Amino acid sequence: MINLQRLSRTFGQRSIFFTRHAKLARNASTLVVAEHNNESLLPATLNAITAAKKVGDDVSCLVAGSKCAPAIQELGKVGGINKILVAEDEAYGGFLAEVMAPLIFASQQQFGFTHIAAASSAFGKNILPRVAALLDVSPISDITAVHSEDTFVRLIYAGNAVTTIKSNDKVKVFTVRATAFEPASLDGSGAAQENAPDAEKVNAHSEFINQELSKSDRPELTSAGVVISGGRGMKNGENFQLLYDLADKLNAAVGASRAAVDAGFVPNDMQIGQTGKMVAPELYIAVGISGAIQHLAGMKDSKVIVAINKDPEAPIFQVSDYGLVADLFKAVPELSEKL
Amino acid sequence: MATKLRVLVGCKRVIDYAVKIRVKPDKTGVVTDGVKHSMNPFDEIAVEEAVRMKEKGIADEILALTCGPPKSEETLRTALAMGMDRAIHVLTDEKDSPTVEPLAVAKIFAKIAEEEKPDIILLGKQAIDDDCNQTAQILSTLLRWSQATFASEIEIKDGSLKVTREIDGGLENISVKLPAVISADLRLNEPRYATLPNIMKAKKKKIDKKKPGDLGIDISSRIETLSVEDPPVREAGIKVESVDDLVEKLKEHGFTS
Repeated sequence: MINLQRLSRTFGQRSIFFTRHAKLARNASTLVVAEHNNESLLPATLNAITAAKKVGDDVSCLVAGSKCAPAIQELGKVGGINKILVAEDEAYGGFLAEVMAPLIFASQQQFGFTHIAAASSAFGKNILPRVAALLDVSPISDITAVHSEDTFVRLIYAGNAVTTIKSNDKVKVFTVRATAFEPASLDGSGAAQENAPDAEKVNAHSEFINQELSKSDRPELTSAGVVISGGRGMKNGENFQLLYDLADKLNAAVGASRAAVDAGFVPNDMQIGQTGKMVAPELYIAVGISGAIQHLAGMKDSKVIVAINKDPEAPIFQVSDYGLVADLFKAVPELSEKL
Repeated sequence: MATKLRVLVGCKRVIDYAVKIRVKPDKTGVVTDGVKHSMNPFDEIAVEEAVRMKEKGIADEILALTCGPPKSEETLRTALAMGMDRAIHVLTDEKDSPTVEPLAVAKIFAKIAEEEKPDIILLGKQAIDDDCNQTAQILSTLLRWSQATFASEIEIKDGSLKVTREIDGGLENISVKLPAVISADLRLNEPRYATLPNIMKAKKKKIDKKKPGDLGIDISSRIETLSVEDPPVREAGIKVESVDDLVEKLKEHGFTS
């Protein structure tokens, strides 16, 4: 049986901290784990802060990395943050889960946070369940609303059901669907910084090698105001140029369905859907996408949905506000020209 | 590699990905009776990867493991038909099955791992029913093993693994030491179909049955489901006749400058 005490001991902490602080914490206090890349804060962190503020007023942020100054500077503009915990060390440079989780755990132990949150990006999804395991609590993934300190809303079955859940654990560990919350406003004057507690930095398990990031001048997919996506109907990767041309007119990001990614038209970080990214832009234009359940899961909260497809029976037309039954190879260039 | 690896693969029985789910009128969950179920698609990818490891001579024994109600045996049979050597079924009650949380499943898997001593545990990155994306991360933490999530490529060399992970901006390469827990992303491989002769052979393969209680694991829920409801329905849209009409509509919404 794996128990909390053993885990706590293993990670060099005394479990007495946990019980004492849990008793002292009468009100909710949330630690938001900031996501950054040692150069800038990633915007989804601001949405996670908004979710944290719905839990309670006491919100702190943890910035860990090999270079924390840029992220701290940006977080300093967010109003209503209590404190910023900083852990600057080469060990955190690759944000490996094996070193990040003990640091977050140690921060919780020291300050008795009742809630720990992060955006449900690849970063948050990788790390937060580990933190929950160290605390022996059941984590909550990808929340879309906060009802109270212990009651949250999330989607299941690829967004086809909405569930309201109540956590009975002492500490709530959750990730936040960024598109479901507004970004925190940047009108503050800066929270006090302090060093995060020491935690085990030696990582005998994993080593960061490198990243191969897709380069793009276009807005980032998950936060873009307009998203244009292509599916199998695009026929090949070169034809995506049609969508890039249209995207330039609308200052849009370009996404894709799983079919387009699997067919090798575009890289997989462009995939929108249950297994890819969740987007909820003001305008979503689906081009040559049939609208499978898995794709709809990633985009059906968009404000206005436009579908261009030559098949009038395509399921995408059941969710689109404006549907155009047409050959995309004619309609898209015409649309680019007329905008 | 001097010694061959033992690989344990977790599989979950879920409502088939192509089924349009229905929410129960009493809002306690979704309708599962009489609904087609199959192996979670990410788990199929994990099974396929294990079978390939065996075919390449990297792995010598590959085990499938599930935690679920009696019907989950079908899922294990599918895994066996795809090429797994044997299987372990941790049986839960039918009434528990939709609510066994990743934390409890990970504790069960950790216990089985102590007994079976695998070098690699492969799981799907998320189940398409609860969409949690947690079990591998929790399991790796409980075992204090290396973690490699959202894997799209696994390369084995000298007692460690080079894993390519799918991250938000593209790909990331990490190196993890064995033993390790890996969660499979969609692009790791293309799972094979079980052939009829292999389905027949799978019927003779062994499935060990255990109970969470026998393993000393408490599977009670930490999270209460208060309600399950249909998502808001979008209002029916309209079909426009031409690109000009579409441009007009976009202008009405202020999307053109």
